[in-house]
Amino acid sequence: MNQFLRNLTATQQIGALFLVVFGILSIVTVWAFVRNLREHASDDPEAEARALEAKRFWGLLKTSWVMATVFWVGWVLGETVATVLFAIVGFFALREFITLSPTRRGDHRSLVLAFFVVLPLQFWLVGSKHFDLFTVFIPVYVFLALPVVSALANDPQRFLERNAKLQWGIMVCVYGMSHVPALLLLDFPGYRDKGAFLVFFLVFVVQTCMLVQHLLGRRFPHKPVAPQVSQSFQWTSWLAGVAAGGLAGGLLTFITPFKPGQALGMALLACVAGSLGHLVMKALKRDRGITSWGMQGMSVTGAGGLLDRVDALCFAAPVFFHSARWYFGL
Amino acid sequence: MLAKLMSFLLLGIVRFLTGSQARWYGCPPKAEQRIYFANHQSHADMVLIWAALPEELRSITRPIAAKDYWTKTPFRQWITTAVFNAVYVDRQATPARPAAPVAADPTVTQAAAADADTAAAGGPDPSPEAPPRAPTPEELRAALPESDPLAPLVRALESGDSIVIFPEGTRGHGDEPQAFKSGLFKLAQMFPQVVLVPAWINNVQRVMPKGEVVPVPILCSVTFGTPIQLEAGEERRPFLDRARRAVIALREV
Repeated sequence: MNQFLRNLTATQQIGALFLVVFGILSIVTVWAFVRNLREHASDDPEAEARALEAKRFWGLLKTSWVMATVFWVGWVLGETVATVLFAIVGFFALREFITLSPTRRGDHRSLVLAFFVVLPLQFWLVGSKHFDLFTVFIPVYVFLALPVVSALANDPQRFLERNAKLQWGIMVCVYGMSHVPALLLLDFPGYRDKGAFLVFFLVFVVQTCMLVQHLLGRRFPHKPVAPQVSQSFQWTSWLAGVAAGGLAGGLLTFITPFKPGQALGMALLACVAGSLGHLVMKALKRDRGITSWGMQGMSVTGAGGLLDRVDALCFAAPVFFHSARWYFGL
Repeated sequence: MLAKLMSFLLLGIVRFLTGSQARWYGCPPKAEQRIYFANHQSHADMVLIWAALPEELRSITRPIAAKDYWTKTPFRQWITTAVFNAVYVDRQATPARPAAPVAADPTVTQAAAADADTAAAGGPDPSPEAPPRAPTPEELRAALPESDPLAPLVRALESGDSIVIFPEGTRGHGDEPQAFKSGLFKLAQMFPQVVLVPAWINNVQRVMPKGEVVPVPILCSVTFGTPIQLEAGEERRPFLDRARRAVIALREV
């Protein structure tokens, strides 16, 4: 089996990977569907809570399908399209972020700059493999350019707050997100055209960590560490989640350019960054008095925003990317 | 054909930038004749409410566009007529009118000259041939002079279309909408069978503030509330204030 997989070309291997992912998703969907059918019969008071839980699960499943499909389309159509896809995700995430940050009229030009200049430029830098410029473009150049534009608008009221929020939004939604397609283009020796595996590795490991942390936190509730920020964040479930993510990473060594130990380390790093980043975003949401990004945090469908789903990735990707580059000297 | 393409393109752009989410709270999206009345903060309000309506309603709903702004260039004129199917309203109908929040109606201006308090307490159109207590909707419509700013709206409603109006008249600056002008009251009198739906347009002024040309992507929503009705014998000012409160109340849902 292993030998057979090794003899396939890179393209065939990645195709097989997608086949596995879509297969698992199908099985889970069918299982959830069947379980749903059965639960419709019961009518006890617990049913409502379970229905809510089921609804949340469906939401998660739907996101997973969409994400997997997006990855698949991105891979089929090539690196350029993949980069554009991630740029669009970053765009929507930033749109959600800015919607919930109070801006004033003086910020209009800065926002135009952020959405229509900084974001395309950052992803273009990724696509054209200008890795050195791409890592400093936002923290150095945009860091100066945006407040200059804001200052020229002649409105000092809450100037630092407004600019800091804009800067933060760009760092998370544009800078963080742009590191995901950057992984596609990272050239490991003897690992050409397999960047999709690395992206999959990162996403899978981080999602595993988040999922395990979420489920364990629910099953064995402990005292939350920071109840004002998050009712569900506990050290035990967090540690377990990170460990599970790391373990998943270790098991997936064969699709990465890493040795088992390295894969474990990289996965642990990504999980720590991702889960803690998620916690930070929760604090931001609490500050704004909302439970989710997306339509004013009050969407009737109960679905959260896009940023709720990708925030862990936005924090994990830069850490993952830079440590990989540094450690492997790329 | 070109208009169809333009409307498709515009819809795409608006959704991309704002999400243009419609939230139906007090009433379902239904193909009955309606007057949607909303707060007004930006010229883009019209576009947003147009984009938020479902396809079937969009074709029978005509937004109101300010004539001076939307006919300034041939392109604006084309887009309002061909794409939005808008009804033009002349905002400069009575330039000599005092700043008081009274009707865009010349007869009221005369009345205001005679008695300053009429603006607050003034009843319906004081046309001499109609009995002062209960003029029928038909009579009111017939008594409306052709030069009245409301005339194009009345024609649109008579032909069975729904309309979208911004009773503030001009774009507001503050958080709360300005006092409503009496056009809504008159239309409600003239068309008692038409459903009056309040709507709150959220965030649009952030997408494109006055004086800017490039829009910024920010999520916007239009909340539609429970329809209101003109009660029998209800005076103008109380009704307009009630309508305004109905719009403001939607901000919180």
